Amino acid sequence: MQLMFEKRKSLSRKAIVLVPVVSFLVSLLLSGILLAIFGANPMRTFAAMFNGAFGSWSNFTETLVKAIPLMLTGLGVTIAFRLRFWNIGAEGQLVLGGVAATWVALFWSPFIPDFLLLPTVILFGSLVGGLWAGLPAYLKTKLGVDETLVTLMLNYVAILFAEGLYYGAWRDPQGYGFPGTREFPQAAWLPRFSGRAHVGLFVAIAIGLILWLVLNRSKWGFELNMIGKNQRAAQCMGVNVKRNIVLALLLSGALAGMAGAFEVTAISHRLQQGLAMGYGYTAIIVAWLSQLNPIAGLFVAVLMAALLVGGDQVQMMMGLPAAMGLVMQGMILFPMLAGSLFTEYRIKRIDKQEHAE
Amino acid sequence: METEKKPILEMRGITKRFPGVVANDGVDLELFPGEVLALLGENGAGKSSLMNVLAGLYRPDEGEIYIRGERVNIDSPRDAMALGIGMVHQNFMLVETMTVAENIILGLRDIKTVPDMGGIIKKIRQISEHYKLKVDPKAYIWQLSVGEQQRVEILKQIYRGAEILILDEPTAVLTPQESEELNHILQQMTSEGKSAIFITHKMEEVIDFSDWVRVLHQGKLVTVKKTAETNPQELARLMVGREVLFRIEKKPAQPKEPVLVLEQVQANNEKGMPVLKGVDLQVRRGEIVGVAGVAGNGQTELTEVITGLHPVSGGRVLVDGKEMTNRSPLSIIKAGVSHIPSDRIAMGVVGDMSVANNLVMKGYRKEPITHSGLMNLRKIAEFAQRMVELFRISTPSTATRVKFLSGGNIQKTILAREIDSCGGVLVAAYPSRGLDVGATEAVRNEMVAQRDRDNGVLLVSEDLEELLTVADRIVVMFEGQIMGEVQSEDANVELIGLMMAGVPKERAEKQYYGSDHATDV
Repeated sequence: MQLMFEKRKSLSRKAIVLVPVVSFLVSLLLSGILLAIFGANPMRTFAAMFNGAFGSWSNFTETLVKAIPLMLTGLGVTIAFRLRFWNIGAEGQLVLGGVAATWVALFWSPFIPDFLLLPTVILFGSLVGGLWAGLPAYLKTKLGVDETLVTLMLNYVAILFAEGLYYGAWRDPQGYGFPGTREFPQAAWLPRFSGRAHVGLFVAIAIGLILWLVLNRSKWGFELNMIGKNQRAAQCMGVNVKRNIVLALLLSGALAGMAGAFEVTAISHRLQQGLAMGYGYTAIIVAWLSQLNPIAGLFVAVLMAALLVGGDQVQMMMGLPAAMGLVMQGMILFPMLAGSLFTEYRIKRIDKQEHAE
Repeated sequence: METEKKPILEMRGITKRFPGVVANDGVDLELFPGEVLALLGENGAGKSSLMNVLAGLYRPDEGEIYIRGERVNIDSPRDAMALGIGMVHQNFMLVETMTVAENIILGLRDIKTVPDMGGIIKKIRQISEHYKLKVDPKAYIWQLSVGEQQRVEILKQIYRGAEILILDEPTAVLTPQESEELNHILQQMTSEGKSAIFITHKMEEVIDFSDWVRVLHQGKLVTVKKTAETNPQELARLMVGREVLFRIEKKPAQPKEPVLVLEQVQANNEKGMPVLKGVDLQVRRGEIVGVAGVAGNGQTELTEVITGLHPVSGGRVLVDGKEMTNRSPLSIIKAGVSHIPSDRIAMGVVGDMSVANNLVMKGYRKEPITHSGLMNLRKIAEFAQRMVELFRISTPSTATRVKFLSGGNIQKTILAREIDSCGGVLVAAYPSRGLDVGATEAVRNEMVAQRDRDNGVLLVSEDLEELLTVADRIVVMFEGQIMGEVQSEDANVELIGLMMAGVPKERAEKQYYGSDHATDV
C-alpha cells in the first residue's frame, strides 16, 4: 500500500474552521441515521432538540446552566492539552472542588463574615481542584509517571470520596434519606440572574477571554506553547519546563474545581448525587472541538450544553432516551479526530492513478 | 575485459514530486557491475529521494527502472531486496537490544520459526572474514560503536544478497581510519562484481571512493563524469552552480582573557556510566576552540554541561569567572552563553511555531519584545524581518512554521537567534552537519565573525576540514577525555585521526613522526 496522505507545507486555515463545522454536520447525519433506526423522525427530533435548548428564554437559561461548567472545565482541559499533558481528570477535579467548597460552606460559615464566605468557598474549591490536578503533574515531572492513567484514576477517587461524604459523614439527618448534605447558608449561595442561570457565566466568559490573552499573547503563554510543541527545545531556551507544567496544571484543575464550586453554590446549594454528571469528560470534546482556542471553547461549551438540554427535551417530548444528546456529543468527536488530519495533511490524488496502473 | 559493459542498473527519466517541490526531475542513472558511483549534490538536490525510489521507499511519478536490462517495478523495500538492492541508511535501522546476528536476519521470510542461529552465525562469520568486516555476530548492537554498527548494516545487506549497495552519507560518522576501511570493503566488493552507489556532499570522498560521479543540482542531473577526469574544485562548482571558496577568509586570532573555563569536569549518562572523565578546557575571548572526535565520545555531553542541560558530577564550569556548575539553563543563558545544539530539530527549534517566534525564543524575555508580561507582535515581526534579512533566511514569510524550512534555513534561524543573544560564549555542536555548501559557508563565516567580535567560540564538529579551516586551536576527544591539543595552522590530519582513535598526543606523535620529532609540535 502506498501512503495516501501527504503533509501540507503549511497549516490549512480553511481546514481549521471547516473541520469542526463539517464534523458537527457529519455527527448530525450519523445521529439522524441512528434516530431513524429507533423509528424517530430525525428532522423532527433535531427540531425538538433545538427548540428544547434555544426555543425559549427559560430553555436557553437551562442551556447556559450546563454551559458554565462545560466552559470552565473545557478551558481547564485546554490549558493542559496545549502542553500535551493529557488531563482527563477534569471530572474528578470538578467533584473535589465541589467537595472542598461544601466543606467551607457548611463548616467554616460560623467563622467567616457573610460577605467573605462565598469568595472563600469558591477560592477554596478552585484551590483543591487545582491541587488534584497538580498531583499528577508533580508525579509526571518528578517521576515520569504517565498522566493519562493517574488523572483518570483520580476521578474515581474523587467521585467515590464525595459519595462517601454525602451518603455518610455529611449526610443531612433531615434529608428524608435523600443522599446529600444539608443546605448551605444563604451567604454561600452564588446569585442567579435568570432561572437557574447564575453569575458564574460572566466569570467563565471573563476567564475565557483572559485565558486567550494569556495563552496567545503573554510571555508565560509563549513558554507553555514552546513546552507543548517541543519540550526539549523549550528546556534549551532556558524555560523551566517542570515548574511550568505543574503551574499550568494547577490552573487547569483550579478551573475545574471552580466549576464544581459553582455547581454546589449556585445550582444544588448542597453537595448531593448528580455533581459528577460527566462535564469533565465532555470538557475533552469542548477542548478538541474548539481546537484549544479558549474563545471558541466558550461557544462550543454552549453547543455541547444545548445537546444535553435538547437530549433531555426529546426524552420528555418524544419519549426518546435523553442519552441521545450524549450520543451526538460522542459522534462529533470521531469525525473531528479524523478530520483534524486534514489540517496537516492532504490526500494526494496521483497515488490513485498509480494504483490503477 | 569486455569492450562494452552492460549496466546492471539503469534509471531513466525519474521524476518525483512532493507538494511544491520537484525532488527529482527526469534524472537518468547508470551503474555498471564492479563499479562505485558517487552521487554528489547539495542538501535538497534530490540524492536521497532518488535512492529512496530505488530502495522501494518512494514511488516515482515518472520514469523507468531497469535491472540487468529488464524493466522492474520496485514497490517496497522487499521488492528492492529481491532485486539485489540494499540500502544503508544514514540513520541505521538496527534494534539496539538485539544481537548482530538477530538484526541481520530480522524481517527475512525464509527463516524457520526457530532459526538455526549456529548456521546463521557461521555464515555471517564467513562473510565478515571475506570482506574484513570485523564484527562479533553475538554482540548486542548497543555495545557497538557507530562505525561497527555501519559494518553490521553493510553485512546485513550482503547477507541478504545485495548486488547493488546504496550508502547514504556513509562517512559522516567515521574516523578517517574507519573511512579508509570502508573504502577497502567497497573495493573488495567491487572486485567481485558487486556495485555500489554512495551519496555524499564531500568532494574528497568522491575522488577517493568512486569510479563515476553524477552531480545533482536542484533535482536535475547536471553532469556525469569519470572520477579520474575531474577534480574537487570542478565538482564543487557543478554542485552549487558557482565557484566555492574552500578556505574562508580569516585573520589570525587575537585571544584575550578566558571566558569559558572547565576544570576537571565529569559527567555521567542516564545509565550512570561516566561520559566525561575530567575535562580541562579553556576558551578565551576572540578565539575559536574546535573539538574533534568521533561522534559519541562525550562531545554532546560536553556542550550540554556547559549549557546546563546535563548535570555535572564533578569539577567546575566557569563563565566569565563566575561559577556556573549545574546552574539552570536560564542562568547560563543570562551569563552570556548561547548554544547551537547538536540536534537542531529536536532541540534548536519548535517546528510547529513560526520563524518569527523561533527567532525570539531567547529574546522574548526582554523589552521591547515583551512589555509587562505581554508580547508585542509588531516588535516581534520587525525583529524577525531584520534577522531574516541579515542572515539571509530563505522563508516564504516570518509567519511560516519552521518545520517547513530546509535544514540550512532552520540552522540559519537558530544561528540568527543565538548570535543575536550571544553575550560572550557561543557553544556550537555540529553546526554545519548535513548542510549544503552555501549554508555551511554562512555558518562558518558567522563563527569567525563571532570570534572577531571578541566572543569565545567552542566548536564541536566531526568534520576535520571544518575544524581546520574555522578553529584556531583543536582539542581531540576520545571516550570522555581530551587526548591532546593542536594549533590548526600546523595541524596534521593523520595525527588528529590517531588521537580520535584514542591514541594520546605524545604517543600519536611518536607513532607518526618517529620519536625524534616528538618534541617539535
